[in-house]
Amino acid sequence: MSNNLRFKTSKFIDETYRVSFKFNNKTYFGFKGDTLASALLANGIHLVGRSFKYHRPRGIMTSGSEEPNAIIQLHDNSSRTEPNVRATEVEIYEGLVASSQNCWPSVNFDIGGINNLLSPILPAGFYYKTFMWPASFWEKYEYFIRKSAGLGKSPKVADPDIYEHKYIHCDVLVIGAGISGIMAAKMAAKNGFKTLLVDEKSYLGGSSIYDNSEFSKINNQITSSWLEKEINEISKLENLEIKIRTSVAAYHGYNFLLARENLTDHLPINQRENKVRQRLLKIRAKKVITATGSIERPLIFDNNDRPGIMLSSAIKKYIDLYGVACGENNILFTNNDTVYETAMSLIQRGIKINAIIDNREQIDSKISYEVEKNNIKIYKGYSVVDTYGYRRINKISIMKLSKDGQTVIGDKTKLNCDCLGVSGGWTPAVHLFTQSGGKLKFRDEDQIFIPNVYPSDQISIGSCNGEFGLDEIIKNTLSSIKKFLNIDNSEYKNIETVSGLNLLKRNIWLLPSDKPVGKTKSFVDYQNDATAKDIKLALREGFRSIEHVKRYTTTGMGTDQGKLGNMHALGIISETAGTKMGEHGTTTFRPPYTPLTFGTIVGRNVGEFFDIFRRTPIHDWHVANNAEFENVGQWKRAWYYPKDNENMHQAVQRESKAARDSAGILDASTLGKIDIQGTDASEFLNRVYTNAWSKLAVGKCRYGLMLNEDGMVYDDGVTTRLGENHYIMTTTTGGAANVLGKLEDYLQTEWPELDVYLSSVTDHYATISVCGPNSKKIVSKVIPDLDLSDEKFPHMSFKNAKINNIKCRVMRISFTGEHSYEINIQANFGKSVWEKCMEAGKDFNITPYGTETMHLLRAEKGFIIVGQDTDATLTPIDLQMDWIVSKKKYDFIGKRSLYRSDTIREDRKQLVGLLTENPEEVLEEGAQIVADIKKSPIEMLGHVTSSYYSPNLKKSIALGVVKGGKNMLGQKLIIPMENKNINVTVADPVFLDKEGERLNAKL
Amino acid sequence: MFLINCPFCGEREQSEFKAGGEAHIVRPKQPTELSDDEWAEYLFMRKNIKGVQFERWNHVHGCRKWFNMVRDTSNDQIKAVYKMGEKPPVK
Repeated sequence: MSNNLRFKTSKFIDETYRVSFKFNNKTYFGFKGDTLASALLANGIHLVGRSFKYHRPRGIMTSGSEEPNAIIQLHDNSSRTEPNVRATEVEIYEGLVASSQNCWPSVNFDIGGINNLLSPILPAGFYYKTFMWPASFWEKYEYFIRKSAGLGKSPKVADPDIYEHKYIHCDVLVIGAGISGIMAAKMAAKNGFKTLLVDEKSYLGGSSIYDNSEFSKINNQITSSWLEKEINEISKLENLEIKIRTSVAAYHGYNFLLARENLTDHLPINQRENKVRQRLLKIRAKKVITATGSIERPLIFDNNDRPGIMLSSAIKKYIDLYGVACGENNILFTNNDTVYETAMSLIQRGIKINAIIDNREQIDSKISYEVEKNNIKIYKGYSVVDTYGYRRINKISIMKLSKDGQTVIGDKTKLNCDCLGVSGGWTPAVHLFTQSGGKLKFRDEDQIFIPNVYPSDQISIGSCNGEFGLDEIIKNTLSSIKKFLNIDNSEYKNIETVSGLNLLKRNIWLLPSDKPVGKTKSFVDYQNDATAKDIKLALREGFRSIEHVKRYTTTGMGTDQGKLGNMHALGIISETAGTKMGEHGTTTFRPPYTPLTFGTIVGRNVGEFFDIFRRTPIHDWHVANNAEFENVGQWKRAWYYPKDNENMHQAVQRESKAARDSAGILDASTLGKIDIQGTDASEFLNRVYTNAWSKLAVGKCRYGLMLNEDGMVYDDGVTTRLGENHYIMTTTTGGAANVLGKLEDYLQTEWPELDVYLSSVTDHYATISVCGPNSKKIVSKVIPDLDLSDEKFPHMSFKNAKINNIKCRVMRISFTGEHSYEINIQANFGKSVWEKCMEAGKDFNITPYGTETMHLLRAEKGFIIVGQDTDATLTPIDLQMDWIVSKKKYDFIGKRSLYRSDTIREDRKQLVGLLTENPEEVLEEGAQIVADIKKSPIEMLGHVTSSYYSPNLKKSIALGVVKGGKNMLGQKLIIPMENKNINVTVADPVFLDKEGERLNAKL
Repeated sequence: MFLINCPFCGEREQSEFKAGGEAHIVRPKQPTELSDDEWAEYLFMRKNIKGVQFERWNHVHGCRKWFNMVRDTSNDQIKAVYKMGEKPPVK
């Protein structure tokens, strides 16, 4: 294509800086300042993509974030590849690579284009209707539907770029740096408000910054010159922060907004190294001024989607801002005055306008007269009825509109063109306003929705508030901002404006055709290929709600969220249904306004920062000694310590045997620890645990079970009385934070009269548990001064001690059923004491064991793990732990619930032991338990909660919950698995040493 | 996201807080005297009003204090915050 498409008149383009880029594997050139769209247009390229459903050729339609067609794949085949990027927003840089989406083998010849010929049998709801039956075929259909669904390709490897989040607090946030946004920001900043001004584009000034028309002037200066001086002035204001390339994505309640700041996307790849690519701004503003402007509406007529058909305002922007002519033989088509501004921009540069088609019979504005003076033929009262040209428009046909605008009459005239600019008027960009909870009202005169009720301290100004004339915009902006900010000094004195536009338009949502509706393709949603015919079909089939019509026809459901066509869809619905426009409301505008990358959303929370994890003070030792880790809550806990290529089973068997035969050592630092002090501490424990605490002597430990008020087991652990009014409570690892929260809740809200203070000390202590028949010998070597005799230091008691002069607490408590000690020491000494224990236990084969062995050992003893054997549906009675529920205490949390009609049922699920017929067979945790497999449907009695092979008992053991299990001792049950049934017998949940001989053995 | 005026700390982001359900439900002093129905009323029955609702909130990532809030659930406007044990300042 010829080179005379570039008019070197724009100061926004740096012609000394040539940029090469690749599109669909071909190299092109543009200039610094170009977008991908403007550079392609300068190279004569309109066809950039294929539509979603019919694979129709599509061209660049707009010049901004509302673009439905020109969505491309950026950075093909690289780790940075990104689908659905709007070519109209991509600033070109040296080495840019992009390609078309949704076409194969190429955008010029796309096999999927056959769908266009099949379109008569692909109406709205085609997939819903066709693939309903036979139901069994769905799996076959699904493969093909999935293959054809979606646009673009997602990256296959991790994103190499850096993203981050930032909080911003400001007095005033101004969204949009068009003429009203600039004025608002200046007034706010100059009056002492800390102000932030953001705009999604790479430059300030909106569409006025390239408005060089003699027909719009401010204080006798051309609008763009006046505005340039304003921008120059505000950029020096200290109170004002300006962020370009920053798009507000979401506007939430209480003036909380999310915005995406683009920092490196416009730079050549080699200049992006180690820089943050995008930043998510979390903005809390005291006041928000929305000046988001408006979006030009297309017109809905037959074949209105061909490459070369563009918004008239986009044609103006391409020539005025980028110096690019979109066509060499243009036709403009309108129902309002704005195309005459586009016409003047083209006329000034000598670009040919073949004709202007205007829906209106009468046009009365200075600018239209000026256009006519230039010998441009204006067809008044005419409409485009069809367009021609497959990969680029080459012709249109026009007919006269009837008086009521419902039909076309007279002869058809054909006109040649290579570019058709359309304008259906303007739609205020109220997306952010409605996201914030604002209510709209419909203005009949120009058929638009405008802000009505503001839910927070905010205001909309300029064309997003339905003000379109320059004088109106300036006048209203001044008065609204003065009132909104409560200021006298407006900074603007005696502003005079001149505008050549007449704001009257002739609104026809669906333009008539000489063909019946069923034979036309008038696109309402370009990206999703929803036509006027589809919307009418949806109404015929009984859909009435706009939200239903949207989903049935997919109108407005593309990546552009229907920024162009949603209003027409509403218009066509109300015209067809014979209702008043505005009655249907609008569909919901949901965040984000434009798509966000996942990188922006997650920020720095990637890799090991995705979710923070906690390490015990002994963590490094575990790592050095080959431990495998398991996540418990946020903790990394040593799981098992494989030796010499052991698998998990082998390691656990070895660890479990060693712990019972000689000595084991466990890092229990993750257990929650809560320090409880105060004169009512004992009373408090009485109320929160099921058992009695008043009589626990100082220096003694007791196991406690905590319930929810509904009677279900919530947490458990050992609490030690350190002093008269001082206890230390241990909780489960995962439950620590919740237990503290629950205790604080009761103290603050139900029992504020109790004198009790709680502090979490989980991280303050390292906890080392040494167990097994040789534990006593080992601990006596580590703490020689401590008398470990059973008389002085019996089971369930505690002693203060010192290791190398460092104070520590030693508890003789056991979770394994073995004689064992728990050493609690200041966290930073944890690792050295652990190493000391290892050294002292060397001669006794002291074996470090992880959580898996801990679980096995406690299961041998039938000790529960809250959260594994319980699931918030089990009472202590269900767990066969009646012994821990005090009958004497008047009240404790959950007591009353233990004798509700539901909790006293005999057939509740109850915890039992399970032994397999074949002692080598280990059950699967979670497996269902049944009694009768012949009955249909099979009655599910319960499930397996814990299951292990016990090396100490040399057989498989399991715990499970079974309906009425308490009374089923010795009964045979069945575990049905995928390819076999396993026979089990209900047993006592305590499998090993029920009498406690090991625990009490004289060592 | 709300901006919540903690009665102890002042205005803070909602992310610092935890919601704790309906306010002004007092735990019965003598649960054992209650029938199953009366206990169930305390245990399970909660209102879910479209409009003005009294709620418990906890400044969990701040001072950890519980307090009450009056919120219009239809538009998320917070009408008042007040300390535990205090009477609601609005109806």
